[in-house]
Amino acid sequence: MGRYVARRLLQMIPVFIGSTLLIFLMMYALPGDPVRALMGDQAFDPAVVANIRKDLGLDQPILQQYANYLGGLFQGDFGTEIGSQRPVADIIADAFPVTIRLTLFAFAFTVFVGVGLGIVAGLRPDTLQDRGLLTLTLVLISMPSFVLGFLMQYLFAFQWQLTTPTVRDSMNFGELMLPAIVLGSLSLAYVARLTRTSMAENLRADYMRTAVAKGLPKRRIVGVHLMRNSLIPVVTFLGTDIGNLMTGAIVTEGIFNVKGVGNAIYEALIRREGATVVGIASLIVLVYLATSLLVDLLYAVLDPRIRYA
Amino acid sequence: MPEKTAEKHVTDKAPAPGAVAEAGPAPAKARSLWSDAWHDLRRNPMFLVSSALIALLLVMTFAPGLFTSASPRDADLAEHYLQPPNWGHFFAPDWLGYDGQGRSIYARIVYGARASILVGVGVTVLVTILGTFIGMIAGYFGGWIDSLLSRLTDVFFGIPFLLGALVVLTTFENRTVWVVILALAFLGWTQIARVARGAVITVKQADYVVAAKALGASTGRILMKHILPNALAPIIVVATIALGGYIAAEATLSFLGVGLAEPAVSWGLDVSTGREQLRNAPFTLIIPSVMVSITVLSFLMFGDAVRNALDPKLR
Repeated sequence: MGRYVARRLLQMIPVFIGSTLLIFLMMYALPGDPVRALMGDQAFDPAVVANIRKDLGLDQPILQQYANYLGGLFQGDFGTEIGSQRPVADIIADAFPVTIRLTLFAFAFTVFVGVGLGIVAGLRPDTLQDRGLLTLTLVLISMPSFVLGFLMQYLFAFQWQLTTPTVRDSMNFGELMLPAIVLGSLSLAYVARLTRTSMAENLRADYMRTAVAKGLPKRRIVGVHLMRNSLIPVVTFLGTDIGNLMTGAIVTEGIFNVKGVGNAIYEALIRREGATVVGIASLIVLVYLATSLLVDLLYAVLDPRIRYA
Repeated sequence: MPEKTAEKHVTDKAPAPGAVAEAGPAPAKARSLWSDAWHDLRRNPMFLVSSALIALLLVMTFAPGLFTSASPRDADLAEHYLQPPNWGHFFAPDWLGYDGQGRSIYARIVYGARASILVGVGVTVLVTILGTFIGMIAGYFGGWIDSLLSRLTDVFFGIPFLLGALVVLTTFENRTVWVVILALAFLGWTQIARVARGAVITVKQADYVVAAKALGASTGRILMKHILPNALAPIIVVATIALGGYIAAEATLSFLGVGLAEPAVSWGLDVSTGREQLRNAPFTLIIPSVMVSITVLSFLMFGDAVRNALDPKLR
């Protein structure tokens, strides 16, 4: 187990470096210049621009810039925004807790409601409730999150006045509920479908027949034998999903005006603040890699046949 | 794509579909995977409904003039500012009302199909070609080539799709449909590459591949004639299901202001202009939103049906 974790952690390093390098290259090697953006529409002296570029290290070869950036990153230095002179670490410290709250809220909603609906439908495949769930989830999957977001905002905030249209206080869980539901609903649909299919399939498995024949109580058959085996694909999906939820937050946060990571990264992109974009993106990649490792370790817990040497 | 191949197989022996199974003529050929899939699909109502919708969208894409005589860019603020829909006037310019710029929403819906369909189909085709190529090379040759390509896939897979698309697209000043297609394809090929690699690894151990090798077939011939046709089914399944997602991605990016830009006509753009009117004229936002959803739904249902037909195990 320990050796497996160590090997996986080592494998994560090149993937992390590769992904961040790719984002870095896309940010800096493609056209678009933060120093020019700083100048706005004013006429400017090319010498001044060249000086600023030199001070910021933007005149060095791109790989050298990346190496400098990575060196700073390992010392906990995320760099400084060019326009606002704000340290990127500050921006991240402001925005991350908000998004983490939103994401965890959405994640909890996805897990409990999604798995719950999946169980209800999966235990009785091809009944009315099963067909109903399949239709409902198909509709949810086909709605891009901005469509669902505006629909919910229109119905709950404008028509029925049940909640505020935008989030004013990101510490208030009541206000965060609507964005969290919108953010989590796509994953919820996938989770419900996966749980349902996986359970319906495993109902016919040999071990289920054995468990029934042994006369075990139904609660134990479903709760232990069926659930434990059916949840493996669901756990896989949920693991890769946290990263998607964090980027999906770009849209949801925009609609509900939540001051989180999505908002910060979107604004930074428009102003071409590379350090902010790459910093936040690196953290999201890191979260993604960490959760996929966690998922692989969870396999061993769920399925005793899987053992890591 | 799949049904065309399948159709050919079916028409070869269409006269006696039932007879083959019973006694049948002497060369009682077993139905191939593709003709079997087509046999299932023709009876699937979900497939029929979604294909009809997709056909309609395709006609809208290539001949929008058939549906409306109005132009999606004609703006008449004085006459039509936020004029509500006139549900009785089917297919007239004022059928679905006018947006905050005084433009016919119906005309914009019709002309907006083009962006969605072109991006969805274009990205899917590119991603399938690129992903299959990379996955096939990795799976067939194995060794260090596989390690290298698999790590490369991991690197691209590690970047969340929407985030990557945002970063790439903000750097382009002139975002045409083709720029959006290329950007999404650049980031989206990983899933197909993984599926293709897995399928090729399974297929390459088959007896007919060993036989072909023993007969001295060249690597290119083995890959194209033996490996590819037999590894294609799972690739097509993943690709058709992803298509709806790319359409949603285009709408989302245009909505965020980094996809297509005016004067292009796109449902995502219409949603973002309609957003300011959400309180007093919700139809300007709801109509294009519903259209995006129906389109994505059609492709999802289509993909679901194809998957069920090609892979009965997944049912």
